[in-house]
Amino acid sequence: MPTLRFTKDHEWIRQDGDTAVIGITDYAQQQLGDIVYVELPAAGTRVQAGKEAAVVESAKAASEVYAPVSGEVVAVNAVIADDPAKVNADPMGDGWFLTVKLDDPKQLDGLMDEAAYQAFVAEQG
Amino acid sequence: MRYLPLTPADRVQMLASIGAASIDDLFADVPPAARLPGLVDLPTAQGELEVERAIARMAAKNVPAGSVPFFIGGGAYRHHVPAAVDHLIQRGEFLTSYTPYQPELAQGTLQYLFEFQTQVALLTGMEVANASLYDGATACAEAVAMAHRITRRPKAILSGALHPHYCAVCRTYAQFSGLEVVALRPNPGHADPIDIDGDTACVVVQYPDFFGELHDGSALAARCREAGALLVVAVNEIVSLGAVQPPGDMGADIVAAEGQSLGNALNFGGPYVGLFAARERHVRQMPGRLAGQTTDADGRRGWVLTLSTREQHIRREKATSNICTNSGLCALAFSIHLALLGEAGLTRLARLNHAAACTLADRLSGIRGVRLVNDAFFNEFSLRLPIPAAQAVEALAGKGVLGGVAASRFYPERDDLADLLLVAATETATAEDIDAYAAALTEVLR
Amino acid sequence: MTGWSQALSRHFETAAESATFTGNRGLQIEEALIFEQDSPGHCGVDLPEPPAHRMRLGGLERRGPIGLPGLSEPQVVRHYTRLSQKNYAIDSGLYPLGSCTMKHNPRLNEKLARLPGFADIHPLQPVSTVRGALELIDTLAHWLKRLTGMPAMALSPAAGAHGELCGMMTIRAALTARGDARKRILVPESAHGTNPATAAICGYAIDPIPNNPRGRVDLAALKAKLGPDVAALMLTNPNTCGLFEDEILDIGAAVHDAGAFFYCDGANFNAIVGRVRPADLGIDALHLNLHKTFSTPHGGGGPGSGPVALAASLAPHAPLPWVVHGDNGLDLAEHAENAAKDTIGRLKGFHGQMGMFVRALGYMMSHGADGLRRVAEDAVLNANYLRVRLADALTQSYPGSCMHEVLFDDRFLKDTGVSTLDFAKALIDEGFHPMTMYFPLVVHGALLIEPTETESKAALDQFADTVNALAARARSGAAASFQAAPRLTPRRRLDETTAARKPLLRWRPDQPRQEAAE
Repeated sequence: MPTLRFTKDHEWIRQDGDTAVIGITDYAQQQLGDIVYVELPAAGTRVQAGKEAAVVESAKAASEVYAPVSGEVVAVNAVIADDPAKVNADPMGDGWFLTVKLDDPKQLDGLMDEAAYQAFVAEQG
Repeated sequence: MRYLPLTPADRVQMLASIGAASIDDLFADVPPAARLPGLVDLPTAQGELEVERAIARMAAKNVPAGSVPFFIGGGAYRHHVPAAVDHLIQRGEFLTSYTPYQPELAQGTLQYLFEFQTQVALLTGMEVANASLYDGATACAEAVAMAHRITRRPKAILSGALHPHYCAVCRTYAQFSGLEVVALRPNPGHADPIDIDGDTACVVVQYPDFFGELHDGSALAARCREAGALLVVAVNEIVSLGAVQPPGDMGADIVAAEGQSLGNALNFGGPYVGLFAARERHVRQMPGRLAGQTTDADGRRGWVLTLSTREQHIRREKATSNICTNSGLCALAFSIHLALLGEAGLTRLARLNHAAACTLADRLSGIRGVRLVNDAFFNEFSLRLPIPAAQAVEALAGKGVLGGVAASRFYPERDDLADLLLVAATETATAEDIDAYAAALTEVLR
Repeated sequence: MTGWSQALSRHFETAAESATFTGNRGLQIEEALIFEQDSPGHCGVDLPEPPAHRMRLGGLERRGPIGLPGLSEPQVVRHYTRLSQKNYAIDSGLYPLGSCTMKHNPRLNEKLARLPGFADIHPLQPVSTVRGALELIDTLAHWLKRLTGMPAMALSPAAGAHGELCGMMTIRAALTARGDARKRILVPESAHGTNPATAAICGYAIDPIPNNPRGRVDLAALKAKLGPDVAALMLTNPNTCGLFEDEILDIGAAVHDAGAFFYCDGANFNAIVGRVRPADLGIDALHLNLHKTFSTPHGGGGPGSGPVALAASLAPHAPLPWVVHGDNGLDLAEHAENAAKDTIGRLKGFHGQMGMFVRALGYMMSHGADGLRRVAEDAVLNANYLRVRLADALTQSYPGSCMHEVLFDDRFLKDTGVSTLDFAKALIDEGFHPMTMYFPLVVHGALLIEPTETESKAALDQFADTVNALAARARSGAAASFQAAPRLTPRRRLDETTAARKPLLRWRPDQPRQEAAE
């Protein structure tokens, strides 16, 4: 049973065993507006929890996507590199960013679950 | 004061509306210790006539290129600029508009930038070009920084035949960035010993090179590609690309060029216009503004500034460059001149330049003691003289001929280059000018 | 597009009714790209046939066509004339872009810059043939030194951002020379993006300083961030909120006490020229935008010129070349030797933006010491006049008087459905260039208005009346009309998303020519 968690920087992470898929939330894509470009790391590179893992751009803004966990990138979503609109259309599905092999499978413990994240977003107004 | 529309009555009325007793009230936030009580110690206002008289007096102390037989190049070239160019760029809608931040009010600027980018891409044989940088030297430094970003490698190798100002600007820009700049020793008439290794971000060569020589860069491009480094080609004299193969065809990854030759006067060195062209795959690492095509709300074709997220106003400290203002009006002058020339005009202009330089090279190298260094050249070449070139330049100037640039002006520490003279001839050189030069040099060397 | 109100469709013809066969609309004439007007072989310049001679191009002759179009002179003149007519300009109307200083550009200065004695001299001519050019540069430096109170001027930077680079590099060079490897630059959150971008090029980390509730640097926060690893503070004064940093003397003292340098972005010097000298504010380095304060034309985005005033501690590091007073009068120092041995090096080719120097000196001599002081006073008076004229309709971000520009935010648009962008676009239909939008970043939906001193009271009144009327319309529930603006321009709102997703940065021969939509 995959575990879904969220960060205060509006990334989501879905863990299944020792790998996890990472993307940005619906709230994040709404705030950015029409996404025009996504810069992804190369497979095989390492990401570090809290550090920049990807960049997402709208026509008038650029924003870093931070890795919620540390690990090695095992796959990136080439589809959104070609068609960034997918991130707007389906941020939690087809619009995923990368898959990471977790250094430590317990890393998700400190993150918010869906209910906590929805409450957090509601506070943002 | 002729430029200030407010009348004394306006000022009184406006202060009253604001509720200020005097203009000083509006400067109340200035700490008293920093307020200037009276006027700065400078002359007071003058009329047009007086200002023109004073400044024209300074201009009159200079020797304009057009008043003498003139053969100086070295990165700036005197060409005939059609009268229509200067007329058009002085239209107030071009001259007195701002950077096109509101595209609906700046379709004119955006369309000419799009056309300019296309012209630069075509001329250099590259896929994309930006909307201009300050000049060729800063474009070259930006190219090196871009290669560093793309390859993440720490070293740039500069050809010894790269314009020394371009070398110097690359060094200045890189000195605090952690990038190592290796500038090879200038050795006119010989190939650079370029050693590309795994740390090399880019190799920068000039085409035609600083001493006028033309080299085929294809083999070097292949070596760069093999080693994972980028080839940056700098061009001083953009008119040359009307005659010779473009750097893009040789495999250049970035072209950084000076565009002054088209549309722009010599202006004692500025303002000029930096041209910057690259491969489409690197477009998001390019510095500077880019105009792009799109459609409006009614579906009609129009233009906007695009890929702005590379730039300082959005990306701030992570921007690809800090550039903001570029050389818009100089780019327009370039573009208009090139539109007037077109394919037929540019290729003919280039041939005229080459013909003038060939004639001059033959005449001067026929003078006793003078040797032509170049095998192949476009409109500029190097001569070895039997006397120090700086001395020859001064003596020629004394005879009313501006005959070139002594290499020692750039390399004062290089005794072996003291006799080297760079000479350029463009379409502006007449047969009489060439005669006058040959006669004057013969006398100087006698 | 749907959603136009009945009232609006009565005022404006529908798209179908206003359609013409040509796509032209009166004086707004559609103009194809030059590449789409190609008459192969045609040329707008008559050149002689080159003489027959042996080619010496080393076998590198061009093999294929370049692809440039052929046009005659009348076609070219018409093309660019039509393009020009699609631009707004300071010559045609009020251009209140905050922080950009769109003031009148005197035509005398264009004439002076084109004198052959300046325009037709080569930067590498023997110095003996360009003494007048060096005299002009030296005279310009003299004026700028007197106006700033600073002892040295570095003239070669080509624009404001280039001047920042120059100033920050001299600071880093001075610190390096004293063996001081400081790492951080403090930059207020309200700063222009070039400030952090420049500091990053110089290898520094950027540390933002918050504003206080009065729109100035928070002095306590600044002091808390100062330390032995801070290289400099980059401050804009007057700042980008249009306010004078009234604690600037304390700021400068704190920065100097920490052993750091005080860099000032002089983009807004036009507000204080002739009334305040930056040297008296404790500033170590300050760039001036000749294309702002000293009215060299903006030219649709350049060329500019960004001379940097330097304190004595930084002057030895000024970039090459230097104009020096030698034994035979003025001379050029072009190498890192003698007095110039500690230079940061060269920042651009040749000697600087000579054409801009001539224009700026013409501007300064025309105004004189008295006129320049009046420039600052009228600029500040005009901005404050707009401030009070707009006070009831808009929401001023920081109360009280302003300097040369006044900052509003989008609180006045709350619950109207109209955004700052929509409001700006509606101004376009009224014949005005909009103010600066969404900058500075420290207030929400910023509208930054800088009228400059070259606007008459009548022009300001007309602008204020228009803005006030639009604000009233926004409050009356006409959001759709704002969202549809502009309607009267050669093009309506442009799709920037598609432009960025699928960048089309040049014309290609196989590109289909897009006609007006059906």
